[in-house]
Amino acid sequence: MMQSLLAAGARFISGVSARWVGCVPDSRQRIYFANHTSNLDALVIWASLPTFVRVLTRPVAARDYWVKGPVRRHLANHVFHAVLIERKKPTAHDNPLADMLAALGDRHSLIIFPEGGRQTGGELAPFKGGLFHLAKDRPDVEFVPVRIENLNRILPKGEFLPVPLLGSVTFGAPMKLENGEGKVVFLQRAQAAVQSLRQP
Amino acid sequence: MNLKLDQQTYWLVGGVIVLLVVSSLIGWVLSFRVKDDKGRATVQNLNARIRAWWLMVAVFGVAMATGGIGSVILFSLTSFMALREFITLTPTRVGDHRTLFWVFFVILPLQYYLVAIKWYGLYSILIPIYAFLFIPIRNAIAGDCQNFLERTAKIQWALMVCVYCVSYVPALLSLRIAGYEGQNGKLMFYFVLVVQISDVLQYVWGKMFGRHKIAPTVSPSKTWAGFIGGIASATLIGAALWWATPFTPLQSAGMSLLITLMGFAGGLVMSAIKRDRGVKDYGSMIEGHGGMMDRIDSLCFAAPVFFHLTRYYFT
Repeated sequence: MMQSLLAAGARFISGVSARWVGCVPDSRQRIYFANHTSNLDALVIWASLPTFVRVLTRPVAARDYWVKGPVRRHLANHVFHAVLIERKKPTAHDNPLADMLAALGDRHSLIIFPEGGRQTGGELAPFKGGLFHLAKDRPDVEFVPVRIENLNRILPKGEFLPVPLLGSVTFGAPMKLENGEGKVVFLQRAQAAVQSLRQP
Repeated sequence: MNLKLDQQTYWLVGGVIVLLVVSSLIGWVLSFRVKDDKGRATVQNLNARIRAWWLMVAVFGVAMATGGIGSVILFSLTSFMALREFITLTPTRVGDHRTLFWVFFVILPLQYYLVAIKWYGLYSILIPIYAFLFIPIRNAIAGDCQNFLERTAKIQWALMVCVYCVSYVPALLSLRIAGYEGQNGKLMFYFVLVVQISDVLQYVWGKMFGRHKIAPTVSPSKTWAGFIGGIASATLIGAALWWATPFTPLQSAGMSLLITLMGFAGGLVMSAIKRDRGVKDYGSMIEGHGGMMDRIDSLCFAAPVFFHLTRYYFT
């Protein structure tokens, strides 16, 4: 109930229409990896999924942002069940990769932002290695590139009130780690996949 | 606002419903008769447009039936949708963010509030004067000077077209016309009907007889046949509806001609902006028609002129 309301609210504010160009919505285990420009990104991608996929999908988000204040904490923990990870100083005890693998389990899907932080320039930053390690540890999971547009204008970095422009979320063709494919090659291929979904 | 739903209102609504039924039947028959792919695509688009018309007429009908306040709410939502499409298409910078927040959440609702309470003295100048001055001030405080004049002008223009001009449609309800008290709902219906039927007839004439483009660099779909045939037939329909307005048949023809010409001009101008931005439509919220702005471009330009002429000569 709360989930549906929040998803509807997020879809209204962001005016997002999901475009499935490379695959169709499916409840199989997937990792959606997207470009990152706004604090709304995770929420909006999550909201743009159809309900049967959304209930199985958990956004991976920065702990330092989402534990601030009771509202954010409640949303993250009880509404969209975010996987909160430590991005500032990961330790053996606080390892984001282990957290993500645990959250994935045998039925969930994840939304992750392999650039590591929000970009303001409009260009994609190099992807972090975590995506490669996930692909290596979980060859059974589909990696779906996602391109999110205009969210940086709806809620830019450093702003706290959204302006209701029209955003879009585009889902590309799923990819997997090829046999013997190295880290650098895989990360570049993943980045190119997100880049290629840019709207003309 | 007490709007009487009189006999004439039912005639107007009934006429539109008959028109839609006939169009739906024609669309249905055409869907069996097309042979090639290009024709099939055209007929599919035509039928999508007709289905969307049913929905739009239903929404407008409900708004009318609730009296003045329903119409004010309907057009404020229309403005909101159009504005977000327009600003989305306009390049803005982070420095405009706070200004845009004011535009969406303060200026737009305030304009329609003033229309709802019929404060003509303020709603007619809120955006041309106060918002005009406020936008550059707020942008200057934000401190980003790059393309300052251009960005400020674009936001102001968006407000004028999407909010100010559109708000003149429900503002028609506040005109006090001697001998026509409580009947302004019909005037608003008449205006929207003439604007939209002119769009439809320009499309139909253009599809059937259109050869020579009026402004090939601006719009590939505007032809001389569509323009002349559409304007002339919509003006005749408008004249024939004089009984629902405070006008004589001749005055009604003049008003309809004016409405249709301004509507054509609005479509042309909004097309030029689309071409410049390299898009075909402003959005995709109305199936077959494109975005909200694609549907109301003609209405934006016609509404203020129709309002002020009526106000000057008939109140």
